[in-house]
Amino acid sequence: MENQSTKHSPHMLNRMNVHPLAERFDSKLLLRHEIPLPNHTLQRLISEKVIHTEQSIIRFRGRIKCMRCGNENKKTFAHIPCARCCKTHHYCRQCIEMGRVLTCEPLYYVKDLERNVQRIPSACQWQGKLTDAQQKAADRIIEAIDKKEKELLIWAVAGSGKTEVLFPSIEYALAKGYRTCVATPRADVVRELLPRLEEAFPRVLIDGLYGGASKSESGAQLVVATTHQLIRFKHSFQLMIIDEIDAFPYTDDPMLPFVTKRARKQSGTTVYLTATPRKDLQKRVRRKQLPHIFIPVRYHNHPLPVPQLISDYSLKKQLNKNDVPTVIFKFLHNRDVSSRQLLIFVPTIKMAEHLRPLLIKECIRRKLIKNADEIASVHAEDELREQKVERFRRKEIQLLITTTILERGVTFPSVDVIVLCADHVVFDEAALVQIAGRAGRSVNDPKGHVLFVHSGRTHALDEAVQSIKQMNRRGGFLL
Amino acid sequence: MTCLWCFEQLANTINWQSFFTLREQNTFCDDCLHQLKRIEGDVCSRCFRESTVNVCSDCHTWEKQRAWKDVLTKNVSVFHYNEMMKQMIAKWKYRGDYVLTEGFRHLFKKQFNEHFRDIWQKAYIVPIPLSDERLEERSFNQAQVLTQFLPRTKEIQLTRVHHEKQAKKTRHERLTIKNPFILREKVNKPVILVDDIYTTGITLRYAARTLKNAGCPAVYSFTLARG
Repeated sequence: MENQSTKHSPHMLNRMNVHPLAERFDSKLLLRHEIPLPNHTLQRLISEKVIHTEQSIIRFRGRIKCMRCGNENKKTFAHIPCARCCKTHHYCRQCIEMGRVLTCEPLYYVKDLERNVQRIPSACQWQGKLTDAQQKAADRIIEAIDKKEKELLIWAVAGSGKTEVLFPSIEYALAKGYRTCVATPRADVVRELLPRLEEAFPRVLIDGLYGGASKSESGAQLVVATTHQLIRFKHSFQLMIIDEIDAFPYTDDPMLPFVTKRARKQSGTTVYLTATPRKDLQKRVRRKQLPHIFIPVRYHNHPLPVPQLISDYSLKKQLNKNDVPTVIFKFLHNRDVSSRQLLIFVPTIKMAEHLRPLLIKECIRRKLIKNADEIASVHAEDELREQKVERFRRKEIQLLITTTILERGVTFPSVDVIVLCADHVVFDEAALVQIAGRAGRSVNDPKGHVLFVHSGRTHALDEAVQSIKQMNRRGGFLL
Repeated sequence: MTCLWCFEQLANTINWQSFFTLREQNTFCDDCLHQLKRIEGDVCSRCFRESTVNVCSDCHTWEKQRAWKDVLTKNVSVFHYNEMMKQMIAKWKYRGDYVLTEGFRHLFKKQFNEHFRDIWQKAYIVPIPLSDERLEERSFNQAQVLTQFLPRTKEIQLTRVHHEKQAKKTRHERLTIKNPFILREKVNKPVILVDDIYTTGITLRYAARTLKNAGCPAVYSFTLARG
């Protein structure tokens, strides 16, 4: 007996050593420097088949492919005379910000042994109640998980309470002991989602992964991440939810669909969420290749505000001459509810910076505000953007000038929205629909004005108005 | 052809080299190059820092100390270490984007020819080495690849023992470490040391002192950026 136990002890010891690694790296695809283990331990784990090695850059039929990010564009590979292997070979420049992939270095795949996965029954502590339309969608997701359907599109109008729709399915997946991921292309959306999920699932450990996140990953069962961060996962999640699937850069960067697809388990389910599916998704819906469910009404049962198109050919002239855009003040003096905050979308950062001092001066002159702090502008390069958005939410800022960064994923209870130069190319149909969806999101103030100020109507403007009207019709509102 | 840094499309320029070799030249686009500031105008005659006086206060401090007096005769750099250069060096050196080296080639060579025209034929050109551990990690030596743009001279076997990264240390810590460079041969000609960046100048001075102890008459340094 004693003899037997000594025989087993080295094996047991190995298991003990494997364990802390498994907690953090189960089902991940990593580079050598991302694994904090000495070479001999790594070699032992490879021989024990806990860690598998995979070729990182492969060549076939004259083509070349990075197996970490899926890059096949020859121009984003370069040669390096490598001092490690003393040969000149390729490395991938596309995913270099997340660590360099060299031909001579394999990728390390830590096999999913599901050691840190557990069943967590009734984890959701959210007290609210879903509307009928939301409940139907939530049930449909659970059905898709159960039947192991590959894909499902949740097409929900802006302000329909998409996040709450997810709660029952996340709860279901956790109760089954599945790894679950909520991914989105935008770090802003992650920052908004994470506290809401933490509040709804207080007993569950959640990893929030995005560029510049302070907390490092711990291998939690529930992950909220930007789609970029999924580059380190392989066959990991049984339930993969991609929020705002149509947002930049997901649609422009082939790496993101590649890594999100790989991060899902082969038997897993991917759920797409959006208010404005792109043409290709809509086409697949029409051809019945993509199962979908539509949430046509907002959670407060009011229609979406239909934007007003206003043509103003003097706007650009006024801006060039440092004059105040009169259209804004005409609207401010005539609107019915003057207590609403105002959100002004502009196409460029330059214009946002240019407009702010003009508006401050004019608003003070007209006694609309008391001090200059009540007007602010935000854009992608603004370091204080999170604070400014927070101050707008607390109503310390009355008027916020923004670029398209605030087009989606943010909720302000009671705002009117003006889009200046709405004919600019950055305002495509999806962006305009999303922007219009910022207004009237609260039960207490379900209406709101949306103004598209343009100098020449574009297809995008017409299509945006059409699609909002159509969504209202599908929601049973007669116009 | 695209810019090495921003991937913008570049206008195709045909010259004799590209005509005969069909090889694409790797360069930065004009917008990116404009954001790199070349060091021009009045500089300190010793360390090449922008300065209105002939010898800047830092260099005075160096020269006052007996241990460092005349160890490094002169430094020459190409670019200011501004925000753009910071980002480029970070991606090139720390992320390991080797191909960015090519973008510096032209101006690096030009600056070298302007300042070392009279000296280099009588001198050895020596890159600052990396420790074996660091070389394993980066898989290339940034000073070594810069040296490849310059004329070839006899190799000097300067080696370096492993220390914490310079960039992670404070000025005081940098000034008090032990000399990490080792040289096992005699040097009888002047040496031009090549490195990516001159910040406090301590690394170059340690290397210079090692060379001086081996009999080298004068040590110059040539770096891509001046921090």
